[in-house]
Amino acid sequence: MNNKLKPRRPLREKHYWEEWTGRIYTSICVVFLIVVMFSIVYFVASKGLSTFFQNGVSLREFLSGKTWNPTGEPAAYGALPFITGSFITTLLAALIASPLSLCAALFMTEIVPGKGKKILQPAIELLSGIPSVVYGFIGLSVIVPLLRSMFGGAGVGIAAGCLVLSVMILPTVTSIMADALSALPKGLRESSYALGATRWQTIYRVIIPTVLPALLTGIVLGMARAFGEALAVQMVIGNAPHVPTSLLESASTLTSVITLSMGNTTMGSVHNNALWSMALVLLVMTFVFVILVRLLERRNRV
Amino acid sequence: MKAKTVDKVATSIIVVLALFIVVLLLGLLGFILVRGIGQINWHFLTSAPQLLKGGGGIGPQLFNSIFLLVLTLIITIPLGWGGGIYMAEYAKPGRITSFIRLVVEVLSSFPSIVIGLFGLLLIVNTFGLGFSLLSGAMALAIFNLPLMVRTTEQAFRAVPKEQKEAGLALGLSKWKIITSILLPVALPSLITGTILASGRIFGEAAALMFTAGMSSPPLDFTDWNPTSPRSPINPLRPAETLAVHIWKVNSEGIGPDSKEVAAGASAVLVILVLAFNLSARWIGRVVYRRMTASK
Repeated sequence: MNNKLKPRRPLREKHYWEEWTGRIYTSICVVFLIVVMFSIVYFVASKGLSTFFQNGVSLREFLSGKTWNPTGEPAAYGALPFITGSFITTLLAALIASPLSLCAALFMTEIVPGKGKKILQPAIELLSGIPSVVYGFIGLSVIVPLLRSMFGGAGVGIAAGCLVLSVMILPTVTSIMADALSALPKGLRESSYALGATRWQTIYRVIIPTVLPALLTGIVLGMARAFGEALAVQMVIGNAPHVPTSLLESASTLTSVITLSMGNTTMGSVHNNALWSMALVLLVMTFVFVILVRLLERRNRV
Repeated sequence: MKAKTVDKVATSIIVVLALFIVVLLLGLLGFILVRGIGQINWHFLTSAPQLLKGGGGIGPQLFNSIFLLVLTLIITIPLGWGGGIYMAEYAKPGRITSFIRLVVEVLSSFPSIVIGLFGLLLIVNTFGLGFSLLSGAMALAIFNLPLMVRTTEQAFRAVPKEQKEAGLALGLSKWKIITSILLPVALPSLITGTILASGRIFGEAAALMFTAGMSSPPLDFTDWNPTSPRSPINPLRPAETLAVHIWKVNSEGIGPDSKEVAAGASAVLVILVLAFNLSARWIGRVVYRRMTASK
């Protein structure tokens, strides 16, 4: 009896040991993710808020002031030009990219499902693989001279920025839209065709209304990407610190100002803290985009 | 009759716009390669950049990019795979799991520049690592982890249930099942996902400007002592990567041939990223064949 039980014990201990290493190890990885997220929020928020609490810049001046002159006398910390720049470029980029993406997604799933996917899928994956600095380089050497010769002026500005951004977000938006369309039950399409509807009628009366929340999710995720993109925009937008009045005018975004000025300011100065406040705006917008996506997904499930 | 005409018009618009995207891609790739490929030669790939006079190369930047990628993967693979395994195998549906999902989603939506700034504040200044390869690798790991967790979770969920049940029937511990039954089956997709993520790491610049720095010390490729400041394998030296170099040359390049350097460096970067994407598929297939002995 005793002899039989003896070899079992170490085996069971090994079993427990293995069970716990796995559980603890993977839990540590997940806890690490949570800690990282909260420390990002904490550090960026504490730095960004100190502009208002320690340096006494009013929140109203920061959000609605039109002059950005942190080195002047008196110094002005109005970030409105950059906030509007970010929003305008993001919205315009989404406006250009969404119809194109929708067409690409419809082409892949509705018009020529097999072949279309074979041509477009790799194209879209390759587009998403091109690094953002390369997009900036292309913008600087193709789009900017093109705009300059077509409309005169410097060529750099909002128009160049949103053209570059729209190409950058195209793959994100397209792949989400295509996933949504191909997840649609086949019966929906077939019953529409059975009623004698043409393909286009099926697409815009049946398919698009059904997957609309998912299509919007794609657009929101694309906008989130456009809002946070730094280098490609910084290279082509011209970086002038005023509220733009025309699409061809040089402007700035939150990211482009942070990119350009962060290295030239000393940590702890008001100027530096104001840049952190802009990073905080980016962070808050990230949460807004995440919440929007969540709301749309909830609508999609019902 | 009218409905049919509308249908035809709409269809042709969709087809034209979809083909426009393909043309756009071919145009972009063609432009990068045509402009840049003439610049690429052995001298360009290996020599140091020249700031004021022409004829510089991208040698140190290329080396930095590859070294940084290796460092990042050393940090990301254990953490990312572990997190993904937790999500696929240990997490039970409920409040905590959906909270973790939210964290992963938020982390992956943070703009890379915000992660760069966080790195500047915490890793570079507070931890005192300075502008260094290690700081850059940590920032890139944060940037990369959510993606890695997600692909790992998908890879593990895609493993057929019977495999796990067979393991349970043998009386193995859960961790044993994960490491010796599920991991080999999931490995091809894990490797594909990791290489695809590497392509993204390779082209990332915004998160690196404030962590790995925007300059490289003159490197001495005969010095392999990892603590020496001029040694290429010293992880605590500042390092400018290829992507950061392209940005710098484009926005403040003052050399006579800065346009050509930018074109050549962009071509190298794009070719490497394409190589990553193609090899991801190929290696995934090869590993799958090895692991499963199928065709």
